[in-house]
Amino acid sequence: MASTREMRLRIRSVKNLAQVTRALETVSASKVRRAIQANDRTRPYAERAWRILTDLARQPGHQSMHPLLAERDEVKNILVILISSDRGLAGAYNVNIVREALLHFADQQTPVSYITVGKRGRDMLLRRRRSVVGEFSGLSANPTYLESAPIGQLAVDEFLSHRADQVYVAYTEYQNMLRQEPVIRKILPFSVPEPEKNTALAEPQAKSKFVFTYEPGQEEILHEIIPDFTALQIYKAILSALASEHAARMVAMRNATNSAKDLVSLLQLDYNKIRQAGITNEMLDISGGAEALAQASA
Amino acid sequence: MPIHCEIVSQDRIVFQGDVDIVVVPGVEGVMGILPNHSPLLSTLQYGIITIRQKNQEEYFTVAGGVVEVTGSQVTILANAAENVDEINIQRAEDARQRAEISLKEAGAVKPEDQAALQLALKRSTLRIAAVQRFRQRRTR
Repeated sequence: MASTREMRLRIRSVKNLAQVTRALETVSASKVRRAIQANDRTRPYAERAWRILTDLARQPGHQSMHPLLAERDEVKNILVILISSDRGLAGAYNVNIVREALLHFADQQTPVSYITVGKRGRDMLLRRRRSVVGEFSGLSANPTYLESAPIGQLAVDEFLSHRADQVYVAYTEYQNMLRQEPVIRKILPFSVPEPEKNTALAEPQAKSKFVFTYEPGQEEILHEIIPDFTALQIYKAILSALASEHAARMVAMRNATNSAKDLVSLLQLDYNKIRQAGITNEMLDISGGAEALAQASA
Repeated sequence: MPIHCEIVSQDRIVFQGDVDIVVVPGVEGVMGILPNHSPLLSTLQYGIITIRQKNQEEYFTVAGGVVEVTGSQVTILANAAENVDEINIQRAEDARQRAEISLKEAGAVKPEDQAALQLALKRSTLRIAAVQRFRQRRTR
């Protein structure tokens, strides 16, 4: 049986661990809040960009398809942008998104290559010998749009140069503190919202009202908006993933803190028993010794 | 009759309100948008957006983007936009110096980074110029 000294050390180290995990939990809690706010702040831009795209799609004579909008008949290569975290200790967060991505494309014959955001995802994919064509790790704690724009640029370049015929983004969508869903979404070719068939009937003026003058031209404007919008989608995915990461870490750390506390109380119980046993033994020794002395002197 | 104007960048709404005129730096020249302007879609270049409400003028820097005009509404999707009054001049100066220094050491910079640096330089130069031009006028 362990000595009381060893037990004490063990209890102390578990208590220290609990303190660390608890601190991490609090830090994550505040980071979740910030990440959610950042995520919400992109909404106005996204909504308006979406509206402009819909307006464009509704225009008469938008037959000239932008290359980023065109579905390709044959999909020879798939590119997946996988968003994970740089750091671990986030429960099953990284494992879940990597597994989901691998499963999603498991039954495909087409070769799949990856661009990873975050070290953990990159390492896991490399360990499984997947082809990683680009990686972005070490994004700041509050990534800005400008930081994530190169990722979008890379995706657009890969697509336009026919190195990839479809581009997906795999990330963890934040739903609430306890729930984060891995999501895989196709972002290129970009599908513009179909103008509803009956809009012309419902609002006879809608069409005439929205005949735009273009400056410089429709194609150039699409050329400007669509890569931006692709980058924006990736940006949003990153922000959502970030919120998920912190939420997952928070929950993992809370669990760790709780188990540490349970462990401490178990250990404490054992420790008390050992201590009690030690005291009893000593008492027996002393009383035994006293007895012996008394008999000897008698 | 005022026109409703929104300037939105990726991370926030920079400006929102009813205004009398909006002047934007379109790719083919600066244009003023008055109420009842015909529907228009245009890309923007680096420059200054001027907004007049009553007799008050507000200036914004914009680093490219798209403007959509529909009847009574102007929507500006800006790649980066800020009110001239909220520009941190020190930060802009620092950014410009950083970009200039790294551009000078041209050998060390990869071609793809070079483009980004050029853009950064362009942005910070624009900010500094905007502050110098428009803040002075206000204090006078």
